[in-house]
Amino acid sequence: MARAVTNQRKAINTAAAWIIGLLIFFPILWTILTSFKSEAQAIADPPIFLFFDWTTENYSTVMERSNYARFLWNSIFIAGGSTILGLIIAVPAAWSMAFVPSRRTKDILLWMLSTKMLPAVGVLYPIYLLFIQFGLLDNVYGLTFVLMLINLPIIVWMLYTYFREIPGEILEAARMDGAGLREEIFFVLTPMALPGIASTLLLNFILAWNEAFWTLNLTAAKAAPLTAFIASYSSPEGLFYAKLSAASTMAIAPILILGWFSQKQLVRGLTFGAVK
Amino acid sequence: MATKASRSAARVMMAPAVVLLLGWMLVPLIMTLWFSFRTYLPLRGGDQGWTGFDNYVRFVTSSSFWPAISTTLVLLIGVLAITIICGVLLAILLDQPMWGQGAVRILVIAPFFVMPTVSALVWKNMFMDPTNGLLAHLWRFFGADSVSWLSDVPMLSLIMIVSWQWLPFATLILLTAIQSLDGEQMEAAEMDGASVLSRFFYIALPHLSRAITIVILIQTIFLLAIFAEIFVTTGGAFGTRTLSYLIFQRVLESQNIGLGSAGGVYAIILANIVAIFLMRIVGKNLD
Amino acid sequence: MGQITLENVTKSFGETQVIPPLDLDIQDGEFTVFVGPSGCGKSTLLRLIAGLEDITSGTIRIDGTDATDIPPAKRGLAMVFQSYALYPHMSVRKNIAFPMRMAGIDAAEQERRIEQAAAALNLTDYLDRRPGQLSGGQRQRVAIGRAIVREPAAFLFDEPLSNLDAALRVGMRLEISELHKRLATTMIYVTHDQVEAMTMADKIVVLRAGHIEQVGSPLELYRNPRNTFVAGFIGSPKMNLIEGEEAARNDAHTLGIRPEHIDVSATEGAWHGKVGVAEHLGSDTFFHVHETGLAETITVRAPGEVNFRHGDTIYMTPRSEQLHRFGADGLRIG
Repeated sequence: MARAVTNQRKAINTAAAWIIGLLIFFPILWTILTSFKSEAQAIADPPIFLFFDWTTENYSTVMERSNYARFLWNSIFIAGGSTILGLIIAVPAAWSMAFVPSRRTKDILLWMLSTKMLPAVGVLYPIYLLFIQFGLLDNVYGLTFVLMLINLPIIVWMLYTYFREIPGEILEAARMDGAGLREEIFFVLTPMALPGIASTLLLNFILAWNEAFWTLNLTAAKAAPLTAFIASYSSPEGLFYAKLSAASTMAIAPILILGWFSQKQLVRGLTFGAVK
Repeated sequence: MATKASRSAARVMMAPAVVLLLGWMLVPLIMTLWFSFRTYLPLRGGDQGWTGFDNYVRFVTSSSFWPAISTTLVLLIGVLAITIICGVLLAILLDQPMWGQGAVRILVIAPFFVMPTVSALVWKNMFMDPTNGLLAHLWRFFGADSVSWLSDVPMLSLIMIVSWQWLPFATLILLTAIQSLDGEQMEAAEMDGASVLSRFFYIALPHLSRAITIVILIQTIFLLAIFAEIFVTTGGAFGTRTLSYLIFQRVLESQNIGLGSAGGVYAIILANIVAIFLMRIVGKNLD
Repeated sequence: MGQITLENVTKSFGETQVIPPLDLDIQDGEFTVFVGPSGCGKSTLLRLIAGLEDITSGTIRIDGTDATDIPPAKRGLAMVFQSYALYPHMSVRKNIAFPMRMAGIDAAEQERRIEQAAAALNLTDYLDRRPGQLSGGQRQRVAIGRAIVREPAAFLFDEPLSNLDAALRVGMRLEISELHKRLATTMIYVTHDQVEAMTMADKIVVLRAGHIEQVGSPLELYRNPRNTFVAGFIGSPKMNLIEGEEAARNDAHTLGIRPEHIDVSATEGAWHGKVGVAEHLGSDTFFHVHETGLAETITVRAPGEVNFRHGDTIYMTPRSEQLHRFGADGLRIG
């Protein structure tokens, strides 16, 4: 039950929360603002917050110079491809575990989770070697496949927790109504789990988009996504704040927007359903 | 509770996921184990045969091993302490009635969605740069000498950057946990005469303990594997070389695969120790 | 047609046998109720008939055909679930149409049957709503509508009324009974509520721990319970079961007498005791009598106008022709 709170107390809460919230958000805000400054104004002392000469020239410079579109496309392809591929493999698996549990289901789920915890650096060289062997180095398909495998446990887990909330009786009703397995999954389960499937898709897209170990180590010029594009600004371009900011803004903006949509479902996905 | 037909369908439908993950786990793991027992220098003579446990011994006796372990631990503990303490406080604050709660939540969560290379670069150049960084401006404004963050206090800087990235995660999970706290339970405690402080310590905190444990375990797993932030900011210099980064350097920079693989095996064992605790908690939740 | 035969059917979950070998014959058009306390295996038995669970051994025949290995979708049975199990993402119309869609029935025929079912179940105004916008009773009707349109060989009901409030339950009970009279299709109905069993069934199957305790018409079970379990389970309030001296005098281990078969008096009678709680229903009054020396409590039914107060002494005389006698093994004598 929400209790009546004095407006004064509410005002204090509001002020405190907004100050802290803005402080936490500030680096992002500052980056976005800086991306619209000229290089000179970007390093001005004292710093200029809002009253500078707004310009979009940094964006055009960055796009011209670094073939931003290709990095962006690689990011979209890798993140989107790995997520969709993962869903195709995970939906049947999650159906099995949620609705036909056996004594081993729990062990299989936990084992899947444990593969997620394998430190990437421990298997870097073998993967590197295998990629060279199969000609997958600096190849978007190879990277898509690896990121799919990395996120597969999370996808299975998220779907599993969503599916478990669907009463088994409804699927049994479908069976009694004459639905086969395929009809049961397509006509009943999938539409009912659509919100869950959508948030699984969203979260894993974000995770794949931001993944920065394999994307940095398994790509060079051709298949590099935005993570690598930004890393290339490390130096000396990093000293050009306005351009760095423009590049950064372009790399994070799409995901920031998607992320805000998915925040409600985020917790469950990130804690494997342990916190809801 | 099901029929034979649905059980066999289930096995078939589970197979692709299980087979793929099994391959993903076993193939590289076995290769890493194999390499770890060999002298393997791709640029200096290739595979020079069996060496037994030499790599394992060399890895732990090298002068970089203990510093790397302590760096890893300092980073881990520092980030955990900051994110948990600030996370609990922030979650409690955000749970209070206020105007624009949704908007504040969005502001607080945002850093989590920033890709690690971006946040590392932005912090490194635009905030921590000793001449043009915003923090340098701030220090000068107060008349202090600007600090060369990443070379003078590299660990503190790194902890700050990583905490900024992970604070939203901790806050969000703890906030969710707080919101699931039964309001009636709190009111019952109030009726029983418990003060605000004792309600926090005897009811809210125990209720949060599970969420806190989960935050600790999940963050630990990710923090042990942290890579891009170090790669972009210091490249492992100034004593910021963690265990994973050390292994990365052994493998890709000095191309000593045998040694790096032995380190990898250590890292895998370490991660598994943490993982066992996390899986116990998650597993309990399954029943 | 809907004749269902169970021969030697057993069911085990792992090591535990929940249904020991069991035979049962359900005639075409019969309204059969499985009744028993929770955990007696009545729902499991229904699910075995539905095909939602495999039987461990034995044979299930539907209209003479061996249906043991036929999947639920192909058995030609319809089921109404306790939670109604409506598809939340479909409108009422689509819910009802779903089994026909699965069966590939053409659209015009689907429409005809939907209209017919909706009219019969008072759902015509709700066809375009989602289940979430309906009340419990309406959802129940949709679930029944979805079952009717399949024109199944038999209807299976799994505690369909337990999620409704008391008033609605009585109404739905009548509706289902009327539906049965109208369709004359076999119905198997699972409940733990013996009132539902008594009021609806042609045939009651009393189950305990997977065993069939007795099969018979409601009045058979009421008049001639085969053992103390059935005696105690069927009838409300419960039959008084008396052990010890009084039972021995009647050559029985346990003596049973229903509350309605005891005459009360303020002055004289075979038994006496002190009135505890009196429940006035208007038409009847139930007295719970203590300190009788027979059993902890003896319940008696008296006409509504009879009045005893808490602590009064009450005299009771059982009608001797209505006494039930049971042996030490719990079975009925004579």
